[in-house]
Amino acid sequence: MAYVAVKGGEQAIDNAYAWLAEDRRGDTAIPALSVAQIEAQLGRAVDRVMAEGSLYDRELAALAIKQAQGDLIEAAFLLRAYRTTLPRFAHSAPVETASMQIERRVSAIFKDLPGGQVLGPTYDYTHRLLDFSLLHGDAAAPTAPALSGRESNQSAMRRVPDILGNEGLLEPDDRDPSGSPCDPGDLTREPITFPADRDVRLQALARGDEGFLLGLGYSTQRGYGGTHPFAGEIRVGEVVIEIEPAELGFSIDIGELMLTECQMVNQFAGSKTVPPQFTRGYGLVFGFGERKAMAMALVDRALRAEELGEDVTAPAQNIEFVLYHSDNIEATGFVEHLKLPHYVDFQSELQNVRRMQAAATNDPLTTATLEPPPDGTAQSEAAE
Amino acid sequence: MKGYNFAYLDEQTKRMIRRGLLKAVAIPGHQVPFGSREMPLPYGWGTGGIQVTASILGTDDVLKVIDQGADDTTNAVSIRRFFSLTAGVRTTTETVEATVIQTRHRIPEKPLREDQIIVYQVPTPEPLSKLEPSKVETRRMHGLADYGLMHVKLYEDISRFGQISISYDYPVMVNERYLTSPSPIPAFDNPKMDMMPALQLFGAGREKRLYAIPPWTRVKSLDFEDHPFRAINAPHPCGLCGATDSYLDEIVTDDHGGRLFVCSDTDHCSERRAAGHLGTEALRDAAE
Repeated sequence: MAYVAVKGGEQAIDNAYAWLAEDRRGDTAIPALSVAQIEAQLGRAVDRVMAEGSLYDRELAALAIKQAQGDLIEAAFLLRAYRTTLPRFAHSAPVETASMQIERRVSAIFKDLPGGQVLGPTYDYTHRLLDFSLLHGDAAAPTAPALSGRESNQSAMRRVPDILGNEGLLEPDDRDPSGSPCDPGDLTREPITFPADRDVRLQALARGDEGFLLGLGYSTQRGYGGTHPFAGEIRVGEVVIEIEPAELGFSIDIGELMLTECQMVNQFAGSKTVPPQFTRGYGLVFGFGERKAMAMALVDRALRAEELGEDVTAPAQNIEFVLYHSDNIEATGFVEHLKLPHYVDFQSELQNVRRMQAAATNDPLTTATLEPPPDGTAQSEAAE
Repeated sequence: MKGYNFAYLDEQTKRMIRRGLLKAVAIPGHQVPFGSREMPLPYGWGTGGIQVTASILGTDDVLKVIDQGADDTTNAVSIRRFFSLTAGVRTTTETVEATVIQTRHRIPEKPLREDQIIVYQVPTPEPLSKLEPSKVETRRMHGLADYGLMHVKLYEDISRFGQISISYDYPVMVNERYLTSPSPIPAFDNPKMDMMPALQLFGAGREKRLYAIPPWTRVKSLDFEDHPFRAINAPHPCGLCGATDSYLDEIVTDDHGGRLFVCSDTDHCSERRAAGHLGTEALRDAAE
């Protein structure tokens, strides 16, 4: 019968699984992509999936990208759903980005500074011309010259904001008016409450969708909550991650993380109690994530508007708006849930509109026939 | 399922959710924030309901999952499979047989009993969200029981359309205190929530909220004395089982206006047909 066709079913789902598997593999005349290839050659995609998936594991991120046919939000979702099942053994000590093994470090506010500017493996000054030689595979293994003595002098690479901070020109970064910096919140364990403190805000931004943050950050540059930013420093490199097991009493090194850190230096007029100082916007992202780290730093600073006595007028300054809409796993789920069946609700809307139309055209006959059935629940409820 | 705890979530998480549920039962209709976990199903597809079901499910429970009133809609199938796989509990399509019923958008036609629990999937737990998007503001309004905004909305509906235009997710007052979203069930189902013998639990995963209506609690759909609450249903009997008291789906049968109205509650409909009740469409099919 006709009505059967509109219902889903077990068979349909099984068939969809099978079709998806075939579609994902594609033309079997072409060798299958290995996870190792993705991990090694699609590094920026792996980085983005790790950042938005909130899990630092290059191999699993590469697997997720393969499984999701390169749909990076879908891949981040796979990683998140895996992450949530993992036990928590320990919390790490705060990572020390000042002692990062630098691969890239640029500052837009000083021409030169101790440690110098290190461009690293950046697309910045490439001309965006399609390299047709890559169509036929990479001919020779490309090699880069080693870092010069000055660039490899890692110990000289102080963070630029620390240099400014020494002069009292930049607000200290341990200023935390609302909570203890030693005990950061975790929005994956506790729901966000408002006003959300900066620790939770930064966590939300670090997990947030790159595109959403890019758009918001851009909006602050175009006048919707301007912050007058300068890129104080962007640094990319590996940091050591340490934990301090309670039974040991000292910290041990458990591995390295590749991180991108961006510190924006923003204007601030000061007040009667606080002398004029530059203020900070902070961005920190897993892997090579410069675009996201910069956007995050812009949005972080915009979200501090209220704390710094500025008017909250723009979307990027509205903590509730930004935090509730930055997560792409939440957003994609809810936007895409619209494709689930809604015919029960739509049916009640249909009857509602038909009833209202009948009332509007004042057709007593139609109005009468559109009343609920005589023994319906509605009548007895209304009579109560 | 290998590598996963019974019903997917670890016991600590289930305990955290049950603590939230106890608070929710103690304050009927009040939204309790909880540490909603990321689930292997997408947000907006029942993650709240799944977490509630996972945390209350025992090995001897019998689970029924419906979406749009039907057991065989794709998302209901998917969620039922999830629990078959991760909890291995017995599942059923029969309302009478189930001890836990997870639902999206409907309440079964058959009255529920004291030994049953109904778990609603909730997309937007805040009934005021369409009028005031800020959760900071709506929490304050709930605290003060300041629901004037909603009454004004209903009044404006009447002045513009001559009637209240909300046809689903129709706001209710629970225990004469909290304005509550019944989830997007049709207003037709609202009266079933009032003084229901079964425990009603609500889970909103994306919005990270739980709430509950304990058994035998007053649930009143908002209305005015001169504009009493009226449920909406299609003015037809079910084409398959002839029921005149069940909520109906409208099926488009051809492209020149043909319609078939059938029970949205598939279990209710098949049970009636098994008992010999036949609608006009079923009689026509039998005659052919």
